[in-house]
Amino acid sequence: MSRRTSPVIPGFGLTLGYTLLYLSLLVLIPLGAMFLKTTALSWSEFIAVITDTRVLAALQLSFGTALAAALINGVVGTLLAWVLVRYTFPGRKIMEAMIDLPFALPTAVAGIALTALYAPSGLIGQWATDLGFKIAYTPLGISLALTFVTLPFVVRTLQPVLADIPREVEEAAACLGANPWQSFRYVLLPALLPAWLTGFALAFARGVGEYGSVIFIAGNMPMKTEILPLLIMVKLDQYDYTGATAIGVLMLVVSFILLLLINLLQRRIATP
Amino acid sequence: MSSSLSSSAPFSLSKSQGRPLGQRLLILSAWLAFGLLLLLPLYVVLSEALKLGFGTFFSAMLEPDALAAMQLTLIAVGISVPLNLVFGVAAAWCVSKYEFRGKSLLITLIDLPFSVSPVIAGLIYVLMFGAQGWFGPWLLDRDLQIIFAVPGIVLATLFVTVPFVARELIPLMQEQGTQEEEAARLLGASGWQMFWHVTLPNIKWGLIYGVVLCTARAMGEFGAVSVVSGHIRGLTNTLPLHVEILYNEYNHVAAFSVASLLLVMALFILLLKQWSESRINRQRHNSAEE
Repeated sequence: MSRRTSPVIPGFGLTLGYTLLYLSLLVLIPLGAMFLKTTALSWSEFIAVITDTRVLAALQLSFGTALAAALINGVVGTLLAWVLVRYTFPGRKIMEAMIDLPFALPTAVAGIALTALYAPSGLIGQWATDLGFKIAYTPLGISLALTFVTLPFVVRTLQPVLADIPREVEEAAACLGANPWQSFRYVLLPALLPAWLTGFALAFARGVGEYGSVIFIAGNMPMKTEILPLLIMVKLDQYDYTGATAIGVLMLVVSFILLLLINLLQRRIATP
Repeated sequence: MSSSLSSSAPFSLSKSQGRPLGQRLLILSAWLAFGLLLLLPLYVVLSEALKLGFGTFFSAMLEPDALAAMQLTLIAVGISVPLNLVFGVAAAWCVSKYEFRGKSLLITLIDLPFSVSPVIAGLIYVLMFGAQGWFGPWLLDRDLQIIFAVPGIVLATLFVTVPFVARELIPLMQEQGTQEEEAARLLGASGWQMFWHVTLPNIKWGLIYGVVLCTARAMGEFGAVSVVSGHIRGLTNTLPLHVEILYNEYNHVAAFSVASLLLVMALFILLLKQWSESRINRQRHNSAEE
């Protein structure tokens, strides 16, 4: 690990050493310890923990709602990024600044606010009750909470890419006879897709692990509205450390595989 | 970001009467989505908090447990932000100023805490320092407590905020290159002189931006802290945990009052963020002109 391009600038050893030490102590060793802890379980015991019906239900719920939220953001985020980059309109600056609110607002605050909003007695919840369905305490409510917390990802990854696409490209498409939809579909979309996938993947990964904003609105009924991170908490409260660890490892491995797949897909799109 | 974006917006001249219908519809639906998804929850926090008037609002915030929670949140922020600031500068320095093998792996590792669930972040420290953890017996012999105590809360906050400063600085410092530092060295500056007088002024606004984001997350972290806290009122509750407890006790007005305090802090953070961002853009703009 030593091939410096700039031998004049000092501090390589110091900064690299400090970075590695800090990361090891705070992140790598504790994460490694978690994987080591699962070795206390035999392979069949590990399989038994993660194929428990309650765990499988939570797995499905966590990944399903995170996927739904990432998809909603894929659409809404693209719309917001497009409007913010391409048009000037009243309140644009406020919208631009407030998009990051979900990152600045503590998730617990978002959680109780969304619950109050979507509960059967809430502003929007009331309206849903009249129409005969429930939002809070259902997977729909969880998806909406995740949509809120992960909203900035797609917007923020698309904005710089959109701003870099010259307006002439679309004009050229229009001159060649494309209608606005066609020029979006065949000209802009391919250019935006890699960044869109990055935003999607970030939103998805965050959604799978999200805890604070979800537990209030979820209702937390086992088998129905219990997310994976909550199940880890439940196991910890029962002093079932190996069980909690097994679920943690499962979560990390599944997220990692999915992110790897998205990464591969992205590379294939980027290099046709 | 905003200034560079608006200058490239092609419709900056157009008045609304000249807008095509499609464009109007897009702007309208963007406002609708924005209002429904983002503004409405804000309104709910404030309206629930002020339901019983300002008296109950302020008494919920000045209650001893709330003040203790605020103090603990300040401690967690006050320790984790400076430590991650130093780490962020060091990490960005070695990543952006040198070429070495394994660099992209290092960048991935720096970003790792972002893709780990906060609950897992708490869990790993319980496995290390909890009563049944690797160092549990050793800590117990020396009467030291990390889990269900303040050190655990600080550790969990540190973990989730590791990448923030580094992540903002790496692209900025890569863009700036090494020429100015090399020039300083050739003119006889020592390493520290070069850092204080050349590098730091160049990365100042990026650094502030990273610190602002880091502070926001450290102040609001819930999942990781929740695992290691033990929820002892007045002792190991941070502000977000205090909100949870009040809410679960059906003390909704108090919960939303404390929540609105956090909301105001979040809005303040957004302002700071916007300000540092515009300074970064101005600096970039100036250096492009030179």
